[in-house]
Amino acid sequence: MKGFAALLERLAFTPARNAKLQLLQHYLERTPDPDRGWALAALTGDLELRRVTPLLLRGLAAERVDDQLLALSYDFVGDLAETIALIWPEGAEDDPSLSQAVALLQGTGKAALPGAVAGMLDRLGPSERLAFLKLATGNLRVGVSARMARMALAGMGAPSVPEIEEIWHGLAPPYAALFGWLSGGARPDSAALAPFRPVMLSTPTDLDELRALDPGAYFAEWKWDGIRVQAVSEGGMRRLYSRSGEDISHAFPDVIEAMDFDGSADGELIVRRGDEVAPFGELQKRLNRKAVGKGLLASHPAGLRLYDLLLWQGRDLRAEPLEMRRAVLEAVDLGPRIDISPLLDFATWEDLAALRADPPAAVIEGVMIKRRDSAYVAGRPRGPWFKWKRDPMVVDAVLIYAQRGHGKRSGFHSDFTFGLWDGDALVPVGKAYFGFTDAELRELDRFVRQNTVERYGPVRALAPKLVVEVAFEGLNRSTRHRSGVAMRFPRISRIRWDKPAAEADRLETLEAML
Amino acid sequence: MRADSILFPTEAGLFCPEGGFHIDPLRPVARALITHGHSDHARFGHGAVMATAETLEIMRLRMGDGFAGATQVAEGETRIGGVTVGFHPAGHVLGSSQIAVEAGGCRIVVSGDYARQPNPTCAPFQPVPCDVFVTEATFGLPVFRFPDPAVQVEKLLSSMAEFPERPHLIGAYALGKAQHVIALLREAGYDAPVAIHGALKLLCDFYAARGVDLGTLVPATAEDVAAQLVIAPPSAFASPWVQRFRDPVIGFASGWMAVRARARQRGVELPLVISDHVDWPALTATLAELAPAEVWVTHGAEDGVIRWCELAQIPARPLRLVGYEDEAE
Repeated sequence: MKGFAALLERLAFTPARNAKLQLLQHYLERTPDPDRGWALAALTGDLELRRVTPLLLRGLAAERVDDQLLALSYDFVGDLAETIALIWPEGAEDDPSLSQAVALLQGTGKAALPGAVAGMLDRLGPSERLAFLKLATGNLRVGVSARMARMALAGMGAPSVPEIEEIWHGLAPPYAALFGWLSGGARPDSAALAPFRPVMLSTPTDLDELRALDPGAYFAEWKWDGIRVQAVSEGGMRRLYSRSGEDISHAFPDVIEAMDFDGSADGELIVRRGDEVAPFGELQKRLNRKAVGKGLLASHPAGLRLYDLLLWQGRDLRAEPLEMRRAVLEAVDLGPRIDISPLLDFATWEDLAALRADPPAAVIEGVMIKRRDSAYVAGRPRGPWFKWKRDPMVVDAVLIYAQRGHGKRSGFHSDFTFGLWDGDALVPVGKAYFGFTDAELRELDRFVRQNTVERYGPVRALAPKLVVEVAFEGLNRSTRHRSGVAMRFPRISRIRWDKPAAEADRLETLEAML
Repeated sequence: MRADSILFPTEAGLFCPEGGFHIDPLRPVARALITHGHSDHARFGHGAVMATAETLEIMRLRMGDGFAGATQVAEGETRIGGVTVGFHPAGHVLGSSQIAVEAGGCRIVVSGDYARQPNPTCAPFQPVPCDVFVTEATFGLPVFRFPDPAVQVEKLLSSMAEFPERPHLIGAYALGKAQHVIALLREAGYDAPVAIHGALKLLCDFYAARGVDLGTLVPATAEDVAAQLVIAPPSAFASPWVQRFRDPVIGFASGWMAVRARARQRGVELPLVISDHVDWPALTATLAELAPAEVWVTHGAEDGVIRWCELAQIPARPLRLVGYEDEAE
């Protein structure tokens, strides 16, 4: 348990993705089976354990610690699991393994759980107690995604991320066969029905690059503002995967029900009402849910807009040209919830540029351009597929808060909150962390230090002087933001040293873009 | 004599009318007895100061020659007015002392800040039997149970091995903590040069001159710092000084690092739980060992300590002294 606890603590305090990846990979390399497999499953959320409730924890603590001292301590620490981990009386530490802790949480009945949890806490040191309690309450929160875990695994041996993604859904913790494969053993057979297959990705482009290409060799379609999914229905099993291979079927029972076909299709998951595609914000309400209620199914009906087929009726089409795959796709009728992304009619790149500049719906993010003869290959090859996004929206905003960065940006104020005018006041509308060069970062840092009016820990309030042009990809209504709107992918596209703050944009300007 | 007529809190700090002195006064007074050199306890401008030789030297280093009208080194027991005072090691920082004040058969021990864990940079805490024990309560909650500092140093060294290309910048207060951390590293066998921020130099030199082995120290002021490990006062992390380091791991050595929310507030990537104060088990064990007739609690989490005393049936009360920094750790 010591190694796992040390890893969790390190991950919890490490902001940089690459450093997290390194810590995780080294842990997996150094830890024996089956502990590393259980750790991996715990981090990726693939571990089914009996959940320990806060009520149970409070009960345990009350038996061992004075009520008043517990209340004072909880008040100071602010987290129940951490308070109990710290306050728990020292027992005879014998460092049980993570596997033992997992076995306890998997195999203990409800009635015996409090005693078993207390018994385990007695055997652990403080940092291991916290790790155990976070595991038991299902609340690790160390910022490791399943995608990052698979990157760490890919760092350990020859198999690549797409190869690991391809077999991932046939695996179960503690993943002995997977680790065997990574250290040179046989590739585990994917026994899973309806597995995920690595997706093909596009690269960004612009008119200059396109002009060198023959428009006749390409298809073009709208780029829809949903999320890319793989819809698989094979041998009676239906699954919906995100493009990184997360199984999101549970959140979309309506889509699963409509997937009445035999094959694996590539398309966009959208919320749709009749012919109209709803903005991304509405789809977001359906994402990241364990279960979805009837009300939401009715108010936010989801559907698919397909653009490619990987397999169809038992036949693997991935090596075939897109033109042929598309012909198979267009020949089928998949009912009202699932349709096909139409091809755009263009003869020259200028034609396409005109379509892109004036799309028929606001939710269209640009155009996709794909070679007619392209095979479906995993990863992001440069050339066969391009995305040509619409130009970002921009506003001129005033910097109002700055916070110091981490890692490579230590000592520099690199995280900015900006605002727009609402009457005489500046209302915060978003945060941006990038978009500027290293040289501009130094200038911004100097500006922050010279124009600080107040400090709150690592955050500084700034004199409202500096205008920045903020570029963003879209705008949603949001009740969580004071301004009532939330930007997607905001970044600082230009620093307007020349522009007086009073001439920055007003909140109404942003609202009009909705 | 009643204890609370020998010594009682005033706006300037704890005052002893029979001896005409304050202990660790918060503002300039005629006569001050100082427990240790931290700036919230040892202030500028008193008429006369009595403290250990080390504390007086630390005050001179930090505030200059004219920090007080007159100074007197505390040695053995001294009669001041109607009371007898004695200085006894507190185990907090170099020169730190508890101050015992005795009159009419009643002895009060003002512990100042104190620690019970072995500390290679200063003399260990000496238990002094007393009628009233005045304790700090900086970490006066049962969640504070500090781990073995050697394990924390191991955590630092393994991070340096994990990320050999990244400089490790460890925040530590200039007096006591910085030297404590360096001495712990030397005890762990780390013998590479350690870079120190300019604000630490005088005090590190003083500790070394007093026989504390700090090994080779190099300045962390150059553009190119020739050490993977850099110790600096916490205030330095908000200054542009940090910008010379490429992708540093920022750590902080403090008892507060035992609580994650505190570590997060500081934006720390490597929290090191290394303290110069008593943790809860050491504090409560000290009270149990001394078994005073009464406990007075100064700054920190008084409520926790007073509740413990209530459960242990030791009369206790808070002194509600203001002005000592909770953060001076």
